[in-house]
Amino acid sequence: MDSPAAPLLDVQGLVKSFGALRASDGISLDVRAGEIHAVIGPNGAGKTTLINQLSGEMAPDGGQILFDGMNVTAMDVARRARMGLARSYQITSIFPEFTALENLAMAVQSGLGHHFRFWRNAKTDPARIAPAMEGLRRVELEAVAHSMAGELAHGQQRQLELAMALATGPKLLLLDEPMAGMGPEESRRMTDILLPLKGRVSILLVEHDMDVVFALADRITVLVLGKPIATDTPARIRANPDVRAAYLGESP
Amino acid sequence: MDKPVVTRKALVLGLGLVLLLALPPIALAMDEGFFISLFSRILIYALAAVSLDLILGYAGMASLGHGAFLGVGAYVVGILAFHLSDGSPLPFLPGAWAGTASALIAWTAAILVSALFALVIGALSQRTSGVYFIMITLAFAQMLYFFFISLSTYGGQDGVNLEQRNTFPLLDLGDDTSFYYVCLGLLLGFVFLCKRLVNSRFGMVMRGCKQNETRMRALGFATYRYKLMCFVIAGAGAGLAGALAANQSEFVSPGLMHWTRSGEIMIMVILGGMGTLFGPILGAAALLLMEDVLASYTEHWMIILGPVLIFVVLFARRGIYGFLAGPGGRDG
Repeated sequence: MDSPAAPLLDVQGLVKSFGALRASDGISLDVRAGEIHAVIGPNGAGKTTLINQLSGEMAPDGGQILFDGMNVTAMDVARRARMGLARSYQITSIFPEFTALENLAMAVQSGLGHHFRFWRNAKTDPARIAPAMEGLRRVELEAVAHSMAGELAHGQQRQLELAMALATGPKLLLLDEPMAGMGPEESRRMTDILLPLKGRVSILLVEHDMDVVFALADRITVLVLGKPIATDTPARIRANPDVRAAYLGESP
Repeated sequence: MDKPVVTRKALVLGLGLVLLLALPPIALAMDEGFFISLFSRILIYALAAVSLDLILGYAGMASLGHGAFLGVGAYVVGILAFHLSDGSPLPFLPGAWAGTASALIAWTAAILVSALFALVIGALSQRTSGVYFIMITLAFAQMLYFFFISLSTYGGQDGVNLEQRNTFPLLDLGDDTSFYYVCLGLLLGFVFLCKRLVNSRFGMVMRGCKQNETRMRALGFATYRYKLMCFVIAGAGAGLAGALAANQSEFVSPGLMHWTRSGEIMIMVILGGMGTLFGPILGAAALLLMEDVLASYTEHWMIILGPVLIFVVLFARRGIYGFLAGPGGRDG
């Protein structure tokens, strides 16, 4: 965070194969502190595979991942998360049988530690509940705080998941298609929630909705067949002939 | 979130408690002392079922080897009693301790030893999940079952007879009524402990793991150690139930560890209501009473149990307890 020269996330030569398919074919990219870095690319470009390796759910075959000055390539998911690497999933991943508030409280509790506490009632513990309510407010879900998360609308569940990732107080947020399955109205609300984070939370964003990407991103990396073909500012990516040929040109 | 009026749930629990407290005097007045020992057995199995529900209903681990810890707890009591009457020292310990009949020592030992077994079995089993977890816990229980069959010192297949029940300060456990109230007290104590547990931070971690373990890890929880801890607590609870079971029948045999016994405990949990703390008590009562009543008509009483179980699984999502206590019975 102190020196702007050292990136928060530094990925070097990441390689991952599934049989003959090279899902990550030597990916190098970096995310600077406070930056929103979008990764775009056609379906099958290996975007989710990249996120899964960054979060630790998948082990790369080669290359390394430096996060916050540490080599985390061999670190498990939970430890990376405790270091400040939070993520959301393309397919909503919440606790359906908890209330929205309890979902947030789990995320808050993760930051508090002390999970071997067996006696005090956690559901009324202000150390968990107060920040959880605050987190719900941030994504405008306080009205449904006591509804079961599994019964919320799809868009609300997406917001809830984002709020959970934010509630852990992450240094870097990995967002895997946060707008997936959303209508234009829900999508706009999500953008409104993400915009104020700009400059405060570093985000690696994978997203198909180009309006969202160009509205949010400071830099964009274009991934094609597991290889980054360009990394640049949104304006220059838009003008890049290779990118237009490989990706933007194809999209309707 | 509870409403201040008397809820259906409070009514069910209150009635159940009064019934259990009043059972011995009623049974004695009716000259049916047999009920007291039947219900002691129910309370003991309820204790085992509640402990299984901790891992099955709250942490989402389907263990089909819970009988192992019941058996280990029972054998601790049986072996300590055996050496006391035999006068020989215990083989696997240093020194020359020749056993004990003291409940406080023997039951504590039963809890600790079964917790230790749960630690080892749980540490290995939790490398797997789903069907593999069911199979590996089953395999461990069967291993213990055959191990105790091969222990000829302690009767092998025939098991160990206790000369008398354990001794307890101020109480005569040989008296069925006293023993019944000790079982009831321990069950209530354990349920209260579990009630605090499932609502604590630790309990919330367990419930989170049941619903979405991937999300738990992504939030930064090292889930393995919390699930293992839960497994150990459940094993300790079953061990205590085993110690009581040994006293109740004054007899210990490998049959306690057989996989059908583990299956029965699981049926109690499902029948009574998974993920509720009082459900397994109702489940234990329902199963053992059904067995007692139906077995007097036919030895094939399981033929009746089967359809009942199917009915409960299909139509009553939270088992008998959910049916009686209504939707308010969520957390037990």
